[in-house]
Order: sequence, then C-alpha cells, then structure tokens
Amino acid sequence: MSTLEIRDLHVSVETKEGPKPILRGVDLTINSGETHAIMGPNGSGKSTLASALAGHPKYQVTAGTVTLDGADLLAMTVDERARAGLFLAMQYPVEVPGVSVANFLRTAKTAISGEAPALRTWGKEVKGAMENLRMDTAFAERSVNEGFSGGEKKRHEILQMELFKPHFAILDETDSGLDVDALRVVSEGVNRAKETTDVGVLLITHYTRILRYIKPDFVHVFVDGRIAEEGGSELADRLENEGYDRFLAAKTA
Amino acid sequence: MAVTTDHTRAVADGAHSHSFGTGAVPQGSRAERLTSFDLADIPVPSGREEEWRFSPVARLQPLFSETLAASGVQVTVTAAPEVKVETVGRDDARLGTAGKPGDRTALTAWNAFAEATVVTVPAEAVASDVTSVRISGVSGEATAAHVLVRAERHSQAVVVLDHDGVATVSETVEIVVEDGAHLTVVTVQDWADGAVHASSHRARLGRDAKLKHVVVTFGGDVVRITPDAEFTAEGGEVEMVGLYFADADQHQEHRLFVDHAVPSCRSRVTYKGALQGQGAHVVWVGDVLIRAEAEGTDTYELNRNLVLTDGARADSVPNLEIQTGEIEGAGHASATGRFDDEQLFYLMARGISEVEARRLVVRGFFAELIHEIGVPSVEERLLASIEAELEKSMSVITGAPVEAAEVTA
Ligand SMILES: Nc1ncnc2c1ncn2[C@@H]1O[C@H](COP(=O)(O)OP(=O)(O)OP(=O)(O)O)[C@@H](O)[C@H]1O
Ligand SMILES: [Mg+2]
Repeated sequence: MSTLEIRDLHVSVETKEGPKPILRGVDLTINSGETHAIMGPNGSGKSTLASALAGHPKYQVTAGTVTLDGADLLAMTVDERARAGLFLAMQYPVEVPGVSVANFLRTAKTAISGEAPALRTWGKEVKGAMENLRMDTAFAERSVNEGFSGGEKKRHEILQMELFKPHFAILDETDSGLDVDALRVVSEGVNRAKETTDVGVLLITHYTRILRYIKPDFVHVFVDGRIAEEGGSELADRLENEGYDRFLAAKTA
Repeated sequence: MAVTTDHTRAVADGAHSHSFGTGAVPQGSRAERLTSFDLADIPVPSGREEEWRFSPVARLQPLFSETLAASGVQVTVTAAPEVKVETVGRDDARLGTAGKPGDRTALTAWNAFAEATVVTVPAEAVASDVTSVRISGVSGEATAAHVLVRAERHSQAVVVLDHDGVATVSETVEIVVEDGAHLTVVTVQDWADGAVHASSHRARLGRDAKLKHVVVTFGGDVVRITPDAEFTAEGGEVEMVGLYFADADQHQEHRLFVDHAVPSCRSRVTYKGALQGQGAHVVWVGDVLIRAEAEGTDTYELNRNLVLTDGARADSVPNLEIQTGEIEGAGHASATGRFDDEQLFYLMARGISEVEARRLVVRGFFAELIHEIGVPSVEERLLASIEAELEKSMSVITGAPVEAAEVTA
C-alpha cells in the first residue's frame, strides 16, 4: 500500500512579470486503489497541481510538502519522480518528432523498471494493450504524438499508464475531446490498470460523464488554487446541476 | 500554378528574403552574380560582400591566394568495378564544363590545381558498389584540389567523397549528370581540428537526369561549401540534402544555388543542423532562381537548426527568386529553434533521464533526413557520428542547465 501526501502546497508559475502564485495551500492524501476526482472552473489551478507534482520546471513550489511513501517527492528530478511511481497523463501531450512510439515506450519502460523488458513478451504486451485501447498497431511506428488527433493522444497517454504500471496516476482532462466510444475505451483502460495494479488515481475533469465509468471514492472541488469542498461521488452530480457559483460567490463575498 | 512560401515554421530567421515578379530584376539577383575562370575578375574579399558576410575571412585568407600547392592532401579512390578513375592534367577538355567559379575560393581552386581526379560512370553502366574518393589532409599547406564526377548517359552510381585529417584546402568538385543518368554524390567533411576547407561543387544536369547531392559536415575548424546546381534540359531533378553538427568554435557554412534555367525541372533542398558550445556558428544560404524560361518548375527548400546550448549561433537565409508565374510550385521554410523544454519534460516525466531524453530528441531531429540519403553504409556511419557528437556534448548537457539560447539571424 502506497500513499501520496500533499500538504499545504503553494505553487507559483514563472511569468514575464515574475512569479505568479497559483496554488494557495492544497491538502490531499491519496492511497493505493483510491480514485479522487478533482473538478473546478477553468483557470483554478488543476493543471498547475498536476504539473507541479510531476516537476515541470515552470512551476515553483513556494511552500508545503509532497511525499510518496514518506519520501520527499519535491526533492526529486522529473525522471526520478516517474521512476518512483508517479505518472501524469497530460492535458496536452507533447509531440516528439522522429522518435517512434515503439522506441519511446521501450526506452521509458526500461528507465522505469531499471532493466530492458524481455523482447518477445514486451512486443506482445504493447500490441495487446494497443488493441485493448482500439489503437491501430501502426501507431507503434509513428513519431510520438506527431499528427495524432486529440483523442489518439489521450489513448496514447492511457496506453502508457497501462504499460508503465505507476503507483499513482494523475489524469489531467483525459476525457476532454473524446467521443463516446473513445471515452468508454479509455475508461476501461483506467479501470484495468486499477484492477491489476491497485494504482491510486487523481482524475481531473470537467464532466460527470467519465465518473459514470470510473467511480470516484472522493470528489474535490478546486477553486482559486485550493480545495474548497470535498465529498463523495454525489458531489459531482450536484456540481453538474448547480455549477461553481456557490464557491465563486463565497470567494467574492 | 501554385506559389507557396511557408513561413509557419520560420522562427528567428531575420535575414530571410524572397522576391517575386516577372518585371524588373531584383537587386542582387543571382542571375547577375559574376562567375569567371579569370582570377583577376574576382578579388580577395573583405568580408563585407554578400557571399562572405557570415564567413570568418581571416581564417580563410590562405585560400584566397593565387598560388596554392598540391601537396596538402592525398587522394585515394576505391572504385566500383564498372567505374573508371583517372588522374589527368589541367588541360583535359572535360574539366571546367560544369560551370564557372562564382567566388574567390572557387576561383583560386580552379586557378591553382595541377592535376584532377576524374571519376567516370560509363554510359548505360550501373555501378554495383559505392565508389569512394578519400581526400586526406597530410599537411597544413594551402592546397588546391579538383575532382570531376561524370555520370554518362543513362548510367547509375553512388560516389562518396570523404575528407579527413588536417588540411587547408580549396577544392572544386565538378559533377556532370548526362541525359537520363541517376547519380548520388555524398561529401563527408569529417576533418580533424585545425582544418580549413572551402569547396565549390558545381553540378550540371542533362535531360531527365537525376542528382542526389548529400553534404555531411562534422569536423574541421572552418568548412564552407557552395553547391551549385544548374539544369540544362527539361526533366532534370535534383535533391540536395545536408546534415551538419557544429561544436564550439567551429564555423560550418553551406551556400546553395539552384539555377532553374530551363522548363519542367524539380529541386528539393533539405538541410538540417545541430549546434552546441561557445562560438559554434552555422550558416545556411539557399538561393533558388527560377528564370523566365523555366516554366513548370517545382521547387522547395527547407533549413532547420537545433540549438542545443548557449553561445551557439545559426544564420539561415532562404532566398527564392521567381521570374515567371508559370510554375508548378515554389516554397521555402526556415526555422531555428532551441532545444524544446516541453519535449524534454514529456520524456523525463516517463522516467527517461535528461541525457537519454536529449539523445532521443536529437536523433529524432535527424532521423528522417538520414533515411533520405539512401546509401546504407553512409547512413550507418552518420548515426555513429551523431552518437559521437552527442557523447562529446554530454559534459555540456549534464553540466549547468541550458538557459535561453542565443539565436541570431
Ligand atoms: N505562464 C503563465 N503566465 C501567466 N499565467 C499563467 C501562466 N501559466 C498558467 N497561468 C495561469 O494559472 C492559472 C491556472 O492555470 P491551470 O492551467 O492550472 O488551470 P486549470 O484549472 O487546469 O484550467 P482548465 O480547466 O482550463 O484546464 C490560470 O489562470 C492561468 O492563466
Ligand atoms: Mg487544465
């Protein structure tokens, strides 16, 4: 059993005018096997939280701690965090021209598990995982994310989640831009990972639709750089009906 | 007719120009550039001339001299069985048929050479192997060298010129591709430190002739290559590919000129380079001239530079001059960018170390181009050379984090 513990996290983003505070004291604990949904208005800092956890150099932690099973995550480099078991499915996955998906997956898997995967079984595993996600296996020979459609990029992120078997996965709007079938296929992928690896999931979304496939144990409302309210999955339905007015009004009051 | 100029990828390439129109000849038109066999016609440059403004003329000074030796390089040829190799005197009538020198070093090379190496692919012959011409530097004495590669009617061959050792050399490579011939010429500059190399490649293409011209530059203090390609009959096709990797204090300059003087020819130019270290300087200038007679021309040129560290500089100047509206297509693109931190973050967020991530990205940057070369032995060597370059730079990379790179145009 693993625990990812975020305590009083303050994060600023680098801008031309200097650092701009975005996260203002985030507290969140995720255990293996748990699924936490984060919902909140545009610009409230959800992606900032995801990027800061992964160690994006643009974001500076100004206060607070993040530990993974007691180890100081914030002291680790980006690649060390990934090797420690953290995975981020990005809202906007980056294109890497000239690097094939097959080469990328093998290189990353080798880095994460500390040894090259057995050639024959790995090939089968990749092929199987792609088929499960209804990805044409021709994608293996294409450059990473280059020319992928929005939905294809998202499937490719979940493909990695399934293959790399992280302890904790942050899914930043993985559901955005997916058609109904893709949403189901991708959700099944996440659920497979949950079943087989007991991964803890932090699922950032704007829609309750995906929560019908991936049942959250907790729902957090993210407003203005911090968690404004927490509840069970019923909170998501309430947000869908009422919007965020209640929280925003409270803020300006 | 379609005229496209693709500027979507043009980043940091200020000195970027193109001119259109069938009316007045634009200022500085390539059509008006002086070419000559007479040393008196083109004086020693000061460095302010258009074609020398990016060059370290002081370091090239020895090659501007009217007297150049023959002793600085040794030429060894290993030919395919179908290919004929001769060493001839400068009065051989086949020499000087691929166009006239267009700048001072081309002229000094022509003026001073005593003997030329002539590689002939006989008519209809299909070479069964690569022909290799090795030009090895044996002394630092300023030297002239001359190579002529002739692919006669309907022949096919691959010729690889290799440059190594230390030399100060002004070289001419004449390339004649007769009607229907398919020729690949690869020139690799893998000099040791201290080498200074100027090279004028002059190619002439006949009817339905195809030339693949590949330039690979890694080593040497100063390397300045000026490939010219001229179409003399319809149906010609030239593909010019370049790949370079400059380290600290290296100057690598590639200036191309494609002369569409007749109708219905096709040209493709793709040059890519990486640079790293203080004082690394690369220059790419691509002049394409579509003359009034050259209806049905189809041309596209592209240059991309990847700046890996601080203190390196890339100049990229595509220049498309179109004197007729009746063309198939014409376009160019130029982009100089620094290493993309978002790519680095994406790869590292998958557990890949920074060094490995950079290696992947740089290999990826060159991968497609390398596969375009189509000569497996050259492709393999290239991949190995790129690895060696990256190895060299690991100290730079693993050291201080890279700040914003200086990209000057
Ligand atoms: N480089 C930057 N300069 C200025 N502001 C920035 C910069 N980067 C991020 N921000 C701001 O930080 C805030 C939080 O952005 P973030 O992407 O975390 O929001 P989000 O909750 O993920 O929104 P969305 O739901 O639209 O994805 C936004 O107001 C954004 O404009
Ligand atoms: Mg976001």
